[in-house]
Amino acid sequence: MEIINLKIDNKPVVVKKGTTVLKAAESIGIDIPTLCHMKLDDLNIENKPGGCRVCVVEVKGRRNLAPACCTEATEGMEVSTHTMRVVNARRTVVELILSDHPADCLICAKSGNCELQDLATRLGIREIHYKGEQSTYREDTSPAIIREVNKCVMCRRCETMCNEVQTVGVLSAVNRGFNAVVAPAFEMNLDHSVCTYCGQCVAVCPTGALTEVDETGAVIRALSDPTKTVIVQTAPAVRAALGEEFGMPAGTLVTGKMAAALRRLGFDYVFDTDFAADLTIMEEGTELLGRLSAFMEGDKNVKLPILTSCCPAWVKFFEHQFPELKDIPSTARSPQQMFGSIAKTYFAGKLGVKREDLVVVSIMPCVAKKYESSREEFAVNGNPDVDYALTTRELAQLIKLANLDFRSLPDEDFDQPLGESTGAGVIFGTTGGVIEAAVRTAYEVFTGKSLPRLDFEELRGMDGLRKATIDFNGTPINIGIAHGLGNARKLLEEIQAGTSEFHAIEIMSCPGGCIGGGGQPYHHGNAEILKKRQKAIYAEDKNKKLRKSHENPYIKKLYEEFLGAPLSEKSHHLLHTQYFDRS
Amino acid sequence: MADYTMHVLVCGGTGCKASQSELIKLNFQNRLSELGLSDEVQVVMTGCFGFCEKGPIVKILPDNTFYVHVTPEDVTELVEEHIVKGRKVERLLYVDPETQASVHDAKGMEFYKKQVRIALRNCGFINPENIDEYIARDGYAALGSCLLEKTPEETIRIIKDSGLRGRGGGGFPTGLKWEITRKSVSDQKYVVCNADEGDPGAFMDRSILEGDPHSVIEAMAICGYCIGADKGLVYIRAEYPLAVERLKIAIKQAREYGLLGEDIMGSGFNFDIEIRYGAGAFVCGEETALIHSMEGLRGEPTVKPPFPAESGYKGKPTNVNNVETFANIPPIINKGAGWFAAIGTEKSKGTKVFALAGKINNVGLIEVPMGTTLREVIYDIGGGIKDGREFKAVQTGGPSGGCLTKDFLDTPIDYDNLLAAGSMMGSGGMIVMDETDCMVSIAKFYLEFTLDESCGKCAPCRIGNKRLHEILERITEGNGTKEDLDRLRMLSTVIKDASLCGLGQTSPNPVLSTLDHFYDEYLAHVDSKTCPSGQCKALLKYTILEDKCTGCTLCFRNCPVGAISGEKRSPHYIDQSLCIKCGVCYEKCKFDAIIIG
Amino acid sequence: MTKIKSLADLKQLKAEVQSKIKLREKGDHPENLIQIRVSMATCGIASGAKETMTYLIEELEHQGIDAVVTQTGCMGYCYAEPTIELTMPGSEPVVYGYVNRAKAQEIIEKHIKLNQLVDGIIPVNYKQIDNP
Repeated sequence: MEIINLKIDNKPVVVKKGTTVLKAAESIGIDIPTLCHMKLDDLNIENKPGGCRVCVVEVKGRRNLAPACCTEATEGMEVSTHTMRVVNARRTVVELILSDHPADCLICAKSGNCELQDLATRLGIREIHYKGEQSTYREDTSPAIIREVNKCVMCRRCETMCNEVQTVGVLSAVNRGFNAVVAPAFEMNLDHSVCTYCGQCVAVCPTGALTEVDETGAVIRALSDPTKTVIVQTAPAVRAALGEEFGMPAGTLVTGKMAAALRRLGFDYVFDTDFAADLTIMEEGTELLGRLSAFMEGDKNVKLPILTSCCPAWVKFFEHQFPELKDIPSTARSPQQMFGSIAKTYFAGKLGVKREDLVVVSIMPCVAKKYESSREEFAVNGNPDVDYALTTRELAQLIKLANLDFRSLPDEDFDQPLGESTGAGVIFGTTGGVIEAAVRTAYEVFTGKSLPRLDFEELRGMDGLRKATIDFNGTPINIGIAHGLGNARKLLEEIQAGTSEFHAIEIMSCPGGCIGGGGQPYHHGNAEILKKRQKAIYAEDKNKKLRKSHENPYIKKLYEEFLGAPLSEKSHHLLHTQYFDRS
Repeated sequence: MADYTMHVLVCGGTGCKASQSELIKLNFQNRLSELGLSDEVQVVMTGCFGFCEKGPIVKILPDNTFYVHVTPEDVTELVEEHIVKGRKVERLLYVDPETQASVHDAKGMEFYKKQVRIALRNCGFINPENIDEYIARDGYAALGSCLLEKTPEETIRIIKDSGLRGRGGGGFPTGLKWEITRKSVSDQKYVVCNADEGDPGAFMDRSILEGDPHSVIEAMAICGYCIGADKGLVYIRAEYPLAVERLKIAIKQAREYGLLGEDIMGSGFNFDIEIRYGAGAFVCGEETALIHSMEGLRGEPTVKPPFPAESGYKGKPTNVNNVETFANIPPIINKGAGWFAAIGTEKSKGTKVFALAGKINNVGLIEVPMGTTLREVIYDIGGGIKDGREFKAVQTGGPSGGCLTKDFLDTPIDYDNLLAAGSMMGSGGMIVMDETDCMVSIAKFYLEFTLDESCGKCAPCRIGNKRLHEILERITEGNGTKEDLDRLRMLSTVIKDASLCGLGQTSPNPVLSTLDHFYDEYLAHVDSKTCPSGQCKALLKYTILEDKCTGCTLCFRNCPVGAISGEKRSPHYIDQSLCIKCGVCYEKCKFDAIIIG
Repeated sequence: MTKIKSLADLKQLKAEVQSKIKLREKGDHPENLIQIRVSMATCGIASGAKETMTYLIEELEHQGIDAVVTQTGCMGYCYAEPTIELTMPGSEPVVYGYVNRAKAQEIIEKHIKLNQLVDGIIPVNYKQIDNP
């Protein structure tokens, strides 16, 4: 390993060859401001177009200023990060960016969470010396994401996520010069594009240019409508991140406080999507076993590998990009939609409430869930199974509106019957979790034996592509895991080519799985936050008395009272779906 | 039928015509006719000799005598002495400024050596669609000698020793670039020819590809041999259909002769060339942007390093050179590094092709040795300023360059001198301005260009240039303040310092150089709200001189907006708040009573 | 077309084609070697060089004058396009600017047929490096 010696602000620094000036400075406590740069360390995601020029520094002997984020440290380099020349350039650049940015901070969806705002504060910008025309673009609203393009600062982070990480290819820079902006091809609307609504663009946007569709108002209206029974479900990843919105350290589990808050917000029943996750395992696991058995009996037509189907962005991705593979994913609906369907049939029946008078709200780490809940096949006579899908951030907003001191709320439990869950349901929130949950059940059903261990470490981690072979009592089952659609694409291409070695594959669109979802509190490029959330999820699983979906007593009861058995006709009708060719 | 034994060539260029060269011709004809010599001596009016400083010029053939500063009165003496008696008129001969000796024969004049054609050696001489003509002029001999008689290292040594620097603008030493690319280890490398000529008014690369495509092909193959590449790509603007066509023909012919393809001339070296089309984005002349464009990505630059020599087209080591740079390679190989290094200045060797444009008589393409002065280029070769006007400035380096004033006319042109003067060599556009050009408007014009051509990737260039342009617009519209002038300078400095690529790093140059050299003109715009050259319409003010106005009412009747009032036979007035500055009154007034201020 | 397989091949070809071109340049056969080069770069073509060239070829053929009319690249006199270079056997080349149809006709009638110069000559003001 080659070592580089350099000086930054007269302090000697020793770094590995290949280290950027930005990183080198960081290592000695010099925090050079950045805007466009973003690096998610363990996920291999980096955006460094060198475009914003905020991180410029002076390098002795160099004619012009150097962007610290993409300038490699070299032997003997002498860097100054705060000379007058640097500070002047940096402030001027930020002033220029502000001069082409709407000054509606006070009412901006990103206010308080905006990296440009932070930067202006940090640099003490009090006046914009170069005022002039501002670029204007039309706003683009889709079922899940709003593009307020006037606020785009061309950091290109969304482009990196959309193209390099997700390989969806919707967002890219268009136009030239002052009119350059990030947009779909031909500046069409997102809902005409192949956008999956994964929301990773929203997750990384430093400003208010990309945000989720805000449905808090509609939920408040429903809550204050006395004729409605309003119930709520919360996705597993929400509890591992919601606390961040209230200043709690990343990785703090707030399951109980969240339930308490929801109850205080006025929801009539506070349920858990984890319950539906257990239900998903029953259906999907049974489907997997069915296909496996058929395969082993020599059925040549059986579709393998089976792919998970809980992630709505992933579903939309293959509908657009791999429509010929649409028979391969499990037909099981996502937990959100299973919950909605059961709530508006089984639970509404129990309550004696008409479907139309039952409002189902879900709290999701995801913006694609908004789109999913609006899909036509998930509605009965125009009444959707899930009425509103809020993000974790929107829930935090509701809690703040309700004057709740979140941190001092007591821990409360979910309501029954749709609030009970096992650890298997909880781990749905992280990459690898769905397939681990499925293995826990499938193994026991397939072999008839009790699992010797429940923690499948071989399925866990943050690598974008992982594989493991689980021994099902002499039958090796090959499992693949991908998170990030770019990684998913690789596995799909193998399937297309007929070279896939897997029996089952779990796919999550967002890096890290749902814990890194587009609706989660902003991580601002800190990948450590995702790791802490993941740890919290596994901790919740470990603390659960029941950790296998088929052991959930309320699931058993649901089958006994209502559904019959997994893959029964009723299950098919309520819990399964079909996919469409959108190419 | 007359069978002329002698010819008198009289310069009919604009400059000489202004100095009565028509009368000179007439006098010659009359005098010859009087002497009965009309059937023996023919008088011919020619185009510009490009030596306007010494005009009017008369040249007498067949003995090639060159007379300067000829007046109509001199004609009798010239006819009687030179034509009749065969004696040269010493006092009208050109005197060599160095030796102080009279020069009798035009061929001995230093002036005719001002242009030396290396890159353009075959342009206008051979048929570009016939490879045989190229071969007849030593074509492909350089490639042959490299492949069969020299190692790549030896060849690179020659290029390095020649001192050739990149002709696309940057001036990076070509040999060094090749050496770096050679040293990059890879299974595949590429040679790229940058033919994305984009400076307004520049067309040297187009002319070379149209006039001598084989020289580029040959040089690319030599480069491929040196760096270890078997594949060449020419990135050319689709708006150059003729150049593309000729290049295609040339590639085809070279393939047919086996000068492209496998085992060239039995050397075992393989090389072939493909053409890639650009859509004419100026920024795609920047090498990283060019490479991205060829890869099918958005044509925008990326941060260097990595340089293309390490990671270029498809991530492989790539050597990018400009058309003119390549066109210099074969003669350097054929004639040796020493020959080339003997031409030019200490740090800038060889010649440079310039596209002369603007307010100059001989608009066209020229090639001069490095070290030639701007004066020689503009006056001697370019034939001086149009319509006998005063030289004001010359813009070199296109929109990335700066304006140079008459103080720099005697500066020898090379990379370093131009940089030191606040401009740059650039690709070789040279736009001449005269006294009627407003320098604020010129700066605005160039900024408009960069504004359109910026890729929009980095903030200083995307937004900063827009703001610069807005300030300039304010100034030309009479709404500028003195603070605006400070802002212009401060913002320009930051844009230069902080932009990502060469486009942004140089885009404020026209602003800075005009601020430096024509600050008074800027001041006039903001202080007294006047445009000294009368170009900024918003700042024009038409006024009627009371003492000259006869009250004829012609202006009153012609004013389209009713801004003029006054009684018949008494002085009229223009209401400035109504005036739209159309200039009709000014044109109509028969008494010169209306002035523009 | 035969392939050039070695340096010797190239040299041999050069010798062959060079003598051909030299013949043309030096005008060793005055009876049939009037040579006209028409500058056909974009600037020339835009100014009508194609028409000029077509006219020259047709008119010379029509009049039975044996001349070689070829195209070439930009001579640099862009302000005076279309430009042509006329080499009469045994004479120095002469460049004419602004050669439209009428000028071309004048050049044929006077210069080519009568060996008289015509108004509009452009003095060549550069030197060719590999001219011996």
